[in-house]
Amino acid sequence: MTLNILIPAALGYVVFLFVIASLAERRAERLRAAGSAPRFLRSPLVYTLSLSVYCTAWTFYGAVGYATRSGLEYLTIYMGPTLIFVGWWGLLRKLVRIGKAQRVTSIADLISARYGKSNLIGVIVTLLAVAATTPYIALQLQSIALSFGAFAQDQSLAPRQLAMWVAAGLAVFTILFGTRNLDANEQHHGVVTAIAVEAVVKLVALLSVGVWVVWGWADGPTDIMARIAAADRPEWRVEPARWMGITFLAGVAILTLPRMFQVMVVENADERHVSVASWAFPLYLMAMSLFVLPIAVAGMAMLPEGANPDLYVLTLPHALGQNGLAMLAFLGGFSAATSMVIIASIALATMMSNHIVVPIWLAQRQRGLPAPVKNLGDMRGLVLNARRLSIAIILGLGYLYFEVSGGSRALASIGLISFAGMAQALPVLLGALFWRGASRVGAIGGLLTGATVWLYALFLPSFGPGVVLGADLMAHGPLNIAWLRPHALFGVEGLDPLLHALFWSLSLNALVFITGSLVSFPGPLERVLSAQFVNAFDPTRDDDMQGARGWSREASENEAEDLLAMAQRILGANEAQQFFHAQARMQGREGFLPDITPDFLDRLERELAGSVGAATAHAMITQIVGRRRVTVADLMAVASETAQIMEHSAQLEAKSEELARTARQLRDANEMLQKLSVQKDSFLSQISHELRTPMTSIRAFSEILMDEDITPGELTRYARIIHDESIRLTRLLDDLLDLSVLENGQVNLDLELSTLNDLLERALMASNSVRPERFFVVQRIGPDDGIALNTDVGRLTQVFINVLSNARKYCDAEAPVLRISVRQRRGEVTVDFIDNGSGIPKKSQGLIFEKFARLTDTHKAGGAGLGLAICREIMHNLGGNIAYLPGQGGAAFRVTFPAALRQTSKAAE
Amino acid sequence: MTHPKPPLFLEREPYRRRRLTDGARFLPLLGFVLILLPALWTHGNQTGTAAEAIYLFGLWIFLIVVAALISRPLRSIQDQGEGAGPRGPASPDRAALRGDAPE
Repeated sequence: MTLNILIPAALGYVVFLFVIASLAERRAERLRAAGSAPRFLRSPLVYTLSLSVYCTAWTFYGAVGYATRSGLEYLTIYMGPTLIFVGWWGLLRKLVRIGKAQRVTSIADLISARYGKSNLIGVIVTLLAVAATTPYIALQLQSIALSFGAFAQDQSLAPRQLAMWVAAGLAVFTILFGTRNLDANEQHHGVVTAIAVEAVVKLVALLSVGVWVVWGWADGPTDIMARIAAADRPEWRVEPARWMGITFLAGVAILTLPRMFQVMVVENADERHVSVASWAFPLYLMAMSLFVLPIAVAGMAMLPEGANPDLYVLTLPHALGQNGLAMLAFLGGFSAATSMVIIASIALATMMSNHIVVPIWLAQRQRGLPAPVKNLGDMRGLVLNARRLSIAIILGLGYLYFEVSGGSRALASIGLISFAGMAQALPVLLGALFWRGASRVGAIGGLLTGATVWLYALFLPSFGPGVVLGADLMAHGPLNIAWLRPHALFGVEGLDPLLHALFWSLSLNALVFITGSLVSFPGPLERVLSAQFVNAFDPTRDDDMQGARGWSREASENEAEDLLAMAQRILGANEAQQFFHAQARMQGREGFLPDITPDFLDRLERELAGSVGAATAHAMITQIVGRRRVTVADLMAVASETAQIMEHSAQLEAKSEELARTARQLRDANEMLQKLSVQKDSFLSQISHELRTPMTSIRAFSEILMDEDITPGELTRYARIIHDESIRLTRLLDDLLDLSVLENGQVNLDLELSTLNDLLERALMASNSVRPERFFVVQRIGPDDGIALNTDVGRLTQVFINVLSNARKYCDAEAPVLRISVRQRRGEVTVDFIDNGSGIPKKSQGLIFEKFARLTDTHKAGGAGLGLAICREIMHNLGGNIAYLPGQGGAAFRVTFPAALRQTSKAAE
Repeated sequence: MTHPKPPLFLEREPYRRRRLTDGARFLPLLGFVLILLPALWTHGNQTGTAAEAIYLFGLWIFLIVVAALISRPLRSIQDQGEGAGPRGPASPDRAALRGDAPE
């Protein structure tokens, strides 16, 4: 085979890709015009196949070389992503969700958007990505050049020249399909479809070579396993540290590589495709690596000692006369290389234009002109041209790296260096997704630290001693400081250079990132965004976030027009007008100029971010609306609004509870008043009745006395009755007077010294006169005799007599027993009078201390029913109390009072 | 003022779904440990590259099959979770910003 066939084949393949891409593009356009989504173009299958851009020429050619040199270690590069995909695609899904919500255009855009739309971070990540991806692109160019060279050993061919042509051709293809339009969603249907086709081509090519090796060259799987076992080399032994480190690194790379981010997040059409990819993509990876070891073994057996193992896939069928297969392998490798270069350069060009070229241009315009908005010109052309330029620059850089590094090194080591470079974005990325405390300062510090260590310890030494870093520096460290040797930082020696650099760069990166985040205080915008990112999956939070927008609520002037003018320049006149019109309608307005609400600004910003990146979009809107950025005060306002609502409702709750309590109290008071009114009425009627009875008999007998014919005996008798009745009347009036005096607290207390024993004796004696025919057993409990009293003895005795008389009067037991139990505690004397009668019914217990309350017939009781009422008043005046004691097996009264009454306190009242 | 708090205990079906999510999170760890096994075997020098390769590809197929089996139910869980699914507990810092807003 000669170049005469190869070059037309390669060109034909590129034309085929062109056709595929433009067909897909047209179909997508047609479907979009018809209003439906391009379903097949955006199916889970195409999504999974487009992810295969992970498998570059490094996989296609390099894996066999890697396996030849180090055995199974090449598998770690595919097992790391497998682990991430099989279990943690929730993480990928969160990335996709945020990417869609924030209209993210690249990994640099995502990170800069999360950390306060800081363009500085965007620039850092972009530069890191360019530095890390350039060798990778060089690797693809190198592999294409090598593959041409492998076929054309007999012809004089300059690989560099060839690589240059390839780079130029790829640049043209990428520019044609990657920058055709400035899509608001930054999606490239044509390119993705072409990538998916290329994925199939490279898989089929590699599988074909593998199948041919296993069933054509060897005698089936058993034979090939035997040959592998026979070919086992000591270098193939698994190195545990590298094994673990590279598995980890590959798992990280799948998240952070710009081209992976592009196909996984930016080009994703439906979040749910990720779940299909969770098993389909590992399956693809496994299929890609299945025949690597057999091909390596066959190459080792069949090809001469000096043959480059990185080209076994190609040279093996070629050497064995399988020209068709060799051509297929060549096209497979070609497609693996081109797909990576296309996607990577699109991703990098987006970053470069959004974070470097456009901001610089904007800054220059701003400096030059006082009214920047009016003179922006057509931004779309600018952005697209910036991308085209960036693609050319990136491919130029890749070619330059290839040129400088000489294109001689093993493919695998270049790929791993690139992985380690992009892995520096990992701490910041994870912080963006899961840690609200992650701040801009920490992110900048972490990224710079990690990138510096990576550059110093891995990237620059990769050119070899003496190219960038001097041989002396490599061996002894800068200024002979052994601790700063690139491959033995801080005295860690003997470690594999890749692991050494990975360990130091990632750990220092994470350390600075975390420390910086802990000590810094994020700005308000950053805090809003951190909440939006971290809570991307929490639907319950959405409502709360309504108020927490990136813009302040300040009233607006005539800025809507300026905003429309600017949006037109970025989104295109038609799209921008439609967007503004829709927004205005949503606000219930006609025309094209909606109110400039924070909500609207947020939406507009996201719309623009889809085209020019979050940081640039934010900067451009800020240019127009000025100082309307959100402030801490706004955030606090949002927070305090919710807090206020809560507080209000809590207050209302408390108030309503209080109202209910008051109403209950009022109801009680009302009931009490009604009861009192009834009582007053009954008091009046009672008292009239009580007064009337003696008065009636006095009047009747005095009328009799007025008769002439009356005997002296009758005279005496009637006069006594009249006398008795008037005494009763007087007593009643005395009692009433007494009660009224006591109730008003105007009573004069006559303090005396006495003992409780004396008092009780006197009271018992006095009460004996009541129903003297009944015999009472009196039990005395407690040290009654020892208690000395200083109180109004007379009044107290009156109370005791009353209680005792009541007991005598009302106790209905056959053999009445009265227990008097006395206790003294801290100057308080308690005397319980408990009888064994049937007691007082519960409903009457509250009444007995009321005036004229009598439970039985008046005549039987022979009193006016004022006794206990007076007792209560007396006890209150003595600083004590009298209460009914329920549940004692009979009527029980408890009298409590201080042993020594303090006259002063009473007198003061 | 009552909050619809997430229930502490779930019925059998939601309980299964939660454990499935846990299992998915655990799978990569299991895979990682199993992938590391060949690195540990090397010290014994008993197994050859061929046997290790068979082991690793077997493991790979196992992971893919498990992922394929759980991906469908997991996807429906996540789809539900966005709609009317059970609410997750509020993270403390978030709660501090919004307080415990009334519903």
